[in-house]
Amino acid sequence: MRVALFVTCLVDLMRPRVGFAAIELLEAAGCDVVVPASQTCCGQPAWNSGDKASAAKLAKKVIAEFEGHEYIVAPSGSCADHIRTEYPVILADEPEWQARAVALGSRVYELTDFLVNVAKLDKVPGHYVGSVTYHDSCTGLRSLGIKQQPRTLLAQLPGVELKEMNGAEECCGFGGTFSVKFGEVSAAIAEKKCNNACATGAQAIVGGDLGCLLNIEGKLRRLGDEQTRVLHIAEVLTAKE
Amino acid sequence: MDFRARRFKANSEAALANPVLQANMKMAKGKFVDKRAISIKEIDDFEGTREAAKDLRNKVIENLDLWLEKFEETATARGATVLWAKDGAEICRHVVDIGRQHGIQKAVKSKSMLSEEAGLNLALEAAGIQPVETDLGEYILQINNNEAPSHIIAPVIHKSLDEVADLFEKTHKTPRKTEIPALTREAREVLRSHFLTADMGISGGNFLIAETGSVALVTNEGNGRMVTTLPRVHVVITGIEKVIPTLEDLATLMRLLPRSATGQSISNYVSVLTGTKAAGDLDGPEHLYFILVDNGRADVVGSEFQDMLRCIRCGACMNHCPVYQTIGGHAYGWVYPGPMGSVLTPLYTGIENAIDLPHAATLCNQCGVVCPVKIPLPELLRKLREKQVEKNLRPWAERVAFRLWAWAASCPTLYGIGTWFAVRYLKWLAGGKQSIPVLGTAPEWTKGRDFPAPEGKTFRELYARRQKL
Repeated sequence: MRVALFVTCLVDLMRPRVGFAAIELLEAAGCDVVVPASQTCCGQPAWNSGDKASAAKLAKKVIAEFEGHEYIVAPSGSCADHIRTEYPVILADEPEWQARAVALGSRVYELTDFLVNVAKLDKVPGHYVGSVTYHDSCTGLRSLGIKQQPRTLLAQLPGVELKEMNGAEECCGFGGTFSVKFGEVSAAIAEKKCNNACATGAQAIVGGDLGCLLNIEGKLRRLGDEQTRVLHIAEVLTAKE
Repeated sequence: MDFRARRFKANSEAALANPVLQANMKMAKGKFVDKRAISIKEIDDFEGTREAAKDLRNKVIENLDLWLEKFEETATARGATVLWAKDGAEICRHVVDIGRQHGIQKAVKSKSMLSEEAGLNLALEAAGIQPVETDLGEYILQINNNEAPSHIIAPVIHKSLDEVADLFEKTHKTPRKTEIPALTREAREVLRSHFLTADMGISGGNFLIAETGSVALVTNEGNGRMVTTLPRVHVVITGIEKVIPTLEDLATLMRLLPRSATGQSISNYVSVLTGTKAAGDLDGPEHLYFILVDNGRADVVGSEFQDMLRCIRCGACMNHCPVYQTIGGHAYGWVYPGPMGSVLTPLYTGIENAIDLPHAATLCNQCGVVCPVKIPLPELLRKLREKQVEKNLRPWAERVAFRLWAWAASCPTLYGIGTWFAVRYLKWLAGGKQSIPVLGTAPEWTKGRDFPAPEGKTFRELYARRQKL
């Protein structure tokens, strides 16, 4: 299987190791992975802020870069859903582009969804040891149905103890530009998420979307918690110890 | 008109800084959510019922004029008078005229959000008619200097037992009570004499049934029955979008409404009221008026926001909203809070008067998945954001920033250079620590949390280096 990795702009900027972990997982599942070098961002911030022109411009760029590939995988439910579900809406006024968006969309997957349901990864390469709690990111959960996939993969690691938190499916308060438009409200919502997560006593909070994870990590550190780790699922699944 | 919705950001920050409100919101959180989750399991095909409700509401909205004419015809045939109001001022004018015509001095009210849209209580007082709210929550707000409700079905959800106890002691001049049953008994005693002496009852309407000319009321306290049967004049005030074709449709919607709202299988009272008191009837009003209100609704018909008119006012969207749960309803600044309010307020009061509201959501879609009539609330909020951009209502700096960013993101080389510098700058700011406590380029972010430090190099440069090896 040939897979093109959509790295996502946040991974590129903030956590390159998540991108490399995603490559390792896809290769462990027997995929040939390519990383189109010209990729930047899916354009979701523009679309969610009402800037349709910018959103369309970046949508076309992504379509042109990725439509030649068999599968497109992103380590983010939010970005994968944006390409899959929103591109055809953004390009509704341009039938030719819309058709290309639809054709691409059906081949776009969130990482854990792809590993479990398409590539059927049955031997997770990592050796993570410790207790974790899993935050279900909103778009992945409610739009793409990402719920069991990361748990199925975590269950393959004998050293991982999953401690479910109360309100795992509740929003962490990130919301993209919401986090910088209404910073105090956003951080107050994040605090509830941190409290629920920490109440499990888990050593690490794990999730599949970097936006949520940066929000949660930022709030934990502000609360003075330097111990609890905040990790992307791909990091856990490829951890060497 | 004072547009408090314009000050959402300041309102929300004040709500966060109010320890009493925060404690009360924490107490309330989850009650309706948990009960709803249990009660929807009683229905074999909850999703199918949502779909059916969506379809029947769409059917009405697509031919709203025809169903309203049908309702007017059947209601009139049963002795009611149907009046139309284009805005809040016209609602007030109608009610005051009716009051004068029948020599009314006191009106008892059951819950009506339309009367909130109109500011009816103040208009009645000015006309010499005493309005008395009889829904317990609305009564508490009225005696607290006409405070605004903070939730469409639980108007005092933002208040604690202690606050109500203080208010009753002060207003009723009775010994302070701290038990809920004792407080409700006291309210009942006060309200009883009002029910018996009022000659006008004012209610809202959950649904108008076109085939019978009836109004359906869904209530829990019994005050709705008193208001609509004891006084000789009954005035129903409701939005034009509340009409449904048949009683069978009412049955479908009633499977969803109480469960979505309070998590009850059925509310304590469901009243279907038709016509005036007939010869031989023991009770009921001698005069029945329907005031059917536009106040912005007709403009939404046929627009890209038409889905919003399906709303049956259950409040599930706000109960499940992480933003509402954190700041309460007053911050939203108008009659309707939460996600439905963030769509309705700009549509009904003017998009330019509620700039923040469509942005006051994380788009988590928890509202969309619980809405009993499947209104795609996040999509409507996003469309409103798009409208703001189209109408040049966004701040100049934001628009330029997006255009510049989109331009840079379209040029991979330029983008690569930009991010190369950005990560190094952020890494330098972190100074070897895990996170950055104050970030000048995103001050809103670091008001309430740190900004995690980046690794220090971009994926693209690391990957390019790896490919060369």
